[in-house]
Amino acid sequence: MRIRWPKTTRRAWAGLAALALVVGAGTVGLAVADDQPPVHRTDRVLTMPESPDSDTTVEIDTSYFVAEGEAPRPAVLLGHGFGGSKEDTREQAERLAADGYAVLTWSARGFGASTGRIGLNDPDREVADVSRLIDWLAERPEVTRDGPGDPRVGLAGASYGGAIALLAAGHDQRVDAIAPAITYWDLSDALFPNGVFKQLWAGILFTTGAADPGVGAPPEATAEDPGCGRFTEELCALYQRVAVAGEPDPEALAVLREHSPVAVGDRIDVPTLILQGQHDSLFPLDQADAMAEALRANGAQVSVEWLWAGHDGGISEAERTDARIVDWFDRHLGDDPSVGTGPPFRVTRITGFDTTNGDTLLAGASGAAYPGLLGEPETLELAGEPQTFVNPPGGAPAAVSTVPGLGGLTGLGGLGVSPAIDFPGQYARFDSLPLTEPLRVTGAPTVRLRVASDTGAAVLFGKLYDVAPDGESQSLPAQLVAPLRVDDLDDGRVITFQLPAVDYPFEAGHRLRLVVSSTDIGYASPAGIARYTVALDDPTLTLPTAPDIATAPAALDWWVWALPLTALAVAAALLLTRKRGGRTTSHDPALAEVPLTITGLTKRYARNSERYAVRDLSLRVERGQVLGLLGPNGAGKTTTLRMLMGLITPDTGEIRIFGHRVGPGAPVLSRVGAFVEGAGFLPHLTGRANLELYWRATGRPAADAHLEEALEIADLGTALERRVRTYSQGMRQRLAIAQAMLGLPELLILDEPTNGLDPPQIRAMREVMIRYAAEGRTVIVSSHLLAEVEQTCTHLVVMDGGRLVASGPVAEIVGSGDTVLVSTAEPATDAWLKTIRQVPGVGAATRTEAGVLVRLDAIGPERLVAAAVEAGIPVSGLVPHRRLEDAFLTLIGGA
Amino acid sequence: MTPDLGTEAAERAERAAAPGYVPRRTLPLRVEAVRQLRRRRTLVVGLLLAALPALVAIAFAVGGAPDDSESPLLEAATASGPNFAAVCLYLSSGFLLVVPVALFCGDTVAAEAGWSSLRYLLAAPVPRWRLLTAKLLVALGFSALAMVLLPLAALGVGTAAYGWGELRLPTGGALPAGESVLRLGIALAAIFVGQLVTAALAFWLSTVTDAPLGAVGGAIGLTIVGSILDAITALGDWRQLIPAHWLYAWLDALQRDVEWNGMVRGGAVSLTYALVLVALAYRHFARRDIVS
Repeated sequence: MRIRWPKTTRRAWAGLAALALVVGAGTVGLAVADDQPPVHRTDRVLTMPESPDSDTTVEIDTSYFVAEGEAPRPAVLLGHGFGGSKEDTREQAERLAADGYAVLTWSARGFGASTGRIGLNDPDREVADVSRLIDWLAERPEVTRDGPGDPRVGLAGASYGGAIALLAAGHDQRVDAIAPAITYWDLSDALFPNGVFKQLWAGILFTTGAADPGVGAPPEATAEDPGCGRFTEELCALYQRVAVAGEPDPEALAVLREHSPVAVGDRIDVPTLILQGQHDSLFPLDQADAMAEALRANGAQVSVEWLWAGHDGGISEAERTDARIVDWFDRHLGDDPSVGTGPPFRVTRITGFDTTNGDTLLAGASGAAYPGLLGEPETLELAGEPQTFVNPPGGAPAAVSTVPGLGGLTGLGGLGVSPAIDFPGQYARFDSLPLTEPLRVTGAPTVRLRVASDTGAAVLFGKLYDVAPDGESQSLPAQLVAPLRVDDLDDGRVITFQLPAVDYPFEAGHRLRLVVSSTDIGYASPAGIARYTVALDDPTLTLPTAPDIATAPAALDWWVWALPLTALAVAAALLLTRKRGGRTTSHDPALAEVPLTITGLTKRYARNSERYAVRDLSLRVERGQVLGLLGPNGAGKTTTLRMLMGLITPDTGEIRIFGHRVGPGAPVLSRVGAFVEGAGFLPHLTGRANLELYWRATGRPAADAHLEEALEIADLGTALERRVRTYSQGMRQRLAIAQAMLGLPELLILDEPTNGLDPPQIRAMREVMIRYAAEGRTVIVSSHLLAEVEQTCTHLVVMDGGRLVASGPVAEIVGSGDTVLVSTAEPATDAWLKTIRQVPGVGAATRTEAGVLVRLDAIGPERLVAAAVEAGIPVSGLVPHRRLEDAFLTLIGGA
Repeated sequence: MTPDLGTEAAERAERAAAPGYVPRRTLPLRVEAVRQLRRRRTLVVGLLLAALPALVAIAFAVGGAPDDSESPLLEAATASGPNFAAVCLYLSSGFLLVVPVALFCGDTVAAEAGWSSLRYLLAAPVPRWRLLTAKLLVALGFSALAMVLLPLAALGVGTAAYGWGELRLPTGGALPAGESVLRLGIALAAIFVGQLVTAALAFWLSTVTDAPLGAVGGAIGLTIVGSILDAITALGDWRQLIPAHWLYAWLDALQRDVEWNGMVRGGAVSLTYALVLVALAYRHFARRDIVS
């Protein structure tokens, strides 16, 4: 724990000659940040008189930080905390120097490498040292001067260092602006609040100064009283006296006041930024309040901040407050009117936790005016009978609120997780009713009590607890307690008890609980047993509020809105720059009655631009036709059908159905029913549900579906109510054809429709197709079963290698002649083949596994047999051959 | 060949081209919902999420209530119904709630391709943008239902087991039961928005691949990889760009005052990725050749 304080000297101008004896100097270049000028540090030890008229001297260890550059700049002095040294403020000094200040840090007397005794910011010692440091700054060529020997200078520091800032401003009129943090206004009040000795804190402070001799031990260290350490004898004696007595004496109070800013309170009129901690049982908010009030009375410009963290610990806001201090000096030392100095009052509140990294989230609430500790009073009724309790002999056990040194653990006090302990029989308690609405107290609540004591005097400790709705769990806001010593209590007395100043939200449903106890671990209470009786003189608890102090909404990072907006723009760009063609509206009225025309259709395999799935395909299908699409695997049939359904986009060429160009999702597709490459059903649904949902997905009226007709074709019987998952291949096939026929489309496309069907079903399917086309509709069938196609189709399209090989009526393709298969006893030789071809009237002859396929154009089979036998070919049989298969093979073979 | 017609004329031509067919009536959300609802995986996910709170409650009953001073939320698990619901949400938001989102959004188009039913829908024709929109909305709706189901079941189980009472907050203090339900609602909304990125990634993958498992796994992988990356503290502020960084931001709704900042930032990150990924899905699917 570091606590900071300084000391004063009146002779601002004196001793200049005695001053700056540079004992040692070194210059170090510091790289602060890449974009900032380099900062140079120079360490010097300055020798100063021990006291104004003394012959002895002390050596003050200093560091001077200045960034490169010639321009005159204001100076800043940074004081350190009690028990610390100039090293503590080094980082802050480097930043300030980089921001364009000449920064001087020093170790106060008795700390760090500086010699001398701790005078608790004695006006003739520590404070005088600061004046000499200012003298030294006035000599620096790079420091701006307001007049001869008067540099433009500000002071900042925390605790001990904050007090020296205030004291220097009071004692030395050359100081132009200060920023004291978590410090005292009146040390006598801070250590003896309302006459009660803050013994634990005082002990820690004294021990810090006494036990830690610092880096450079003073030469007379051996002669030192080990009990006093580096304290001056006067202060050492004072402490020992009051610590034993457990209460102050007037002389001690006078000395402490003399060493406090309050002694020069009427002379501090420079712009002052007061930073005080809410979690500070050493220098509570009332110290800052007294400071602000006094400075304002002097006409000084004052801003007050209640930080979260104080001497009891808590979450540091150093980064933010350091920046604000720079702003404060920029405005008041640098005379830069463009710099805002922040709100006149700001209080840090906890808004919650950041669950992503566990950080506590702090937010600032600010207002246009400092509300003081009494704010706008709200009142709340307390209830409770007069209660009598004891002060235990020896003051033990003592109630627990804050334990200095455990400060860090109580940082979450505002969230109600810290324990506070009261011992039964040692306190009185008064509860309010549950709050009907939330109430934020900002300031010091007060209550009027009637107090009696059987010893005629009492030391009381007041706390205001936040009690959860369960009535049991209670938390002590900021872990603070207010002590009070009352005398002349023989007949009882009415007192006004001011409770600790806090900024705390009491939730609706919670109660407030006033506890008045006889002990507290942080304070000295009478050793003798005593009985106190405490009653509510007035049940009204006065709670100060500051409704004008509003929490600024936590600023969202810029990217919170920028990222989604950018994404929206990117998304829009992605969608708008895509290739159009999803919906084509091109319509050729001349083709309105033509079910299908394909013109110059070409599709390449995407990965290989040299390979064509379909190449320059053109064909036309008329109403009433049953068109057979034939071709070996890889002929491009399926690709063509997929393009026809709008599933694949052609590279070039176009498909028109009833004159409407087909593209993905073209509305005219609703007039097409298709079954291509197998069934596509939801396996978890029944056959019927599949068809019904499919039809509903088309968005067309249910009456148009002709579901029953389709189901008749499917011929699934009761299997319709089973899940498709259980279907056989043939059942799926039939269901899929039924789905294709839903709505009785004008163009029906069936791909291998008889796969998996048994012969009776095949015949039935054939009839269905023929009947379907007879009604003026059009059917396109692709199949490998040439017999099927031959028996069903009126027209044919033969494809191979992506090209159209032949198209036209079946008869036309097949030709008028008959085809026979001539089987021979031995495998046919080329010579026999040649012989047969030369027979007059023979159109063509092809060798197959079964024999020789012969097309007879002008002769009958008997003439062929005769000619063959005559030529010596061992003909063993002759059967008529299916014409289509023949034609197909002939066509493919010739391709 | 005729030139393209104007919009109005085009619509007239469309109507003439396809009597009874209106693009915006295709694949209504109800139809898509029915198609997905009866799937076994939907039922399994639903049952799992509904049963989980009961399992947790049984675990508490058998093994004793959690006594974990590290996590005040867990410690208060058995304090009340709302507390139990909050704990169930906490236990499942890291992974379990990611699964249904990835499943519903990743499976939706890819499964359809796998069943070959996609081509029949598109040839019906359901316009591609409409198919995607219907599928995305239904998948998101299912995801939302899954997310609501868990805390609702937990609230029911918790209230039956531990009584209806105030929500003890992990940060200290408590909220009245009514308010706590509202807070859980806010938390759920935050989880849902935070999972939009998972949904969008799954959805995009679903349009890219025909393998449903690939799409679902890829989207779940995002959370896994994201959580691993997020554990690398050396990444500093860059971690804010990892969606998984905000996986537990919803806990901010269970503070005394709702702390919006984390949820808003997490939501913004999620939304950013989601917008781009969904746009990619639409762009890809609009041009894609359907060969499944």
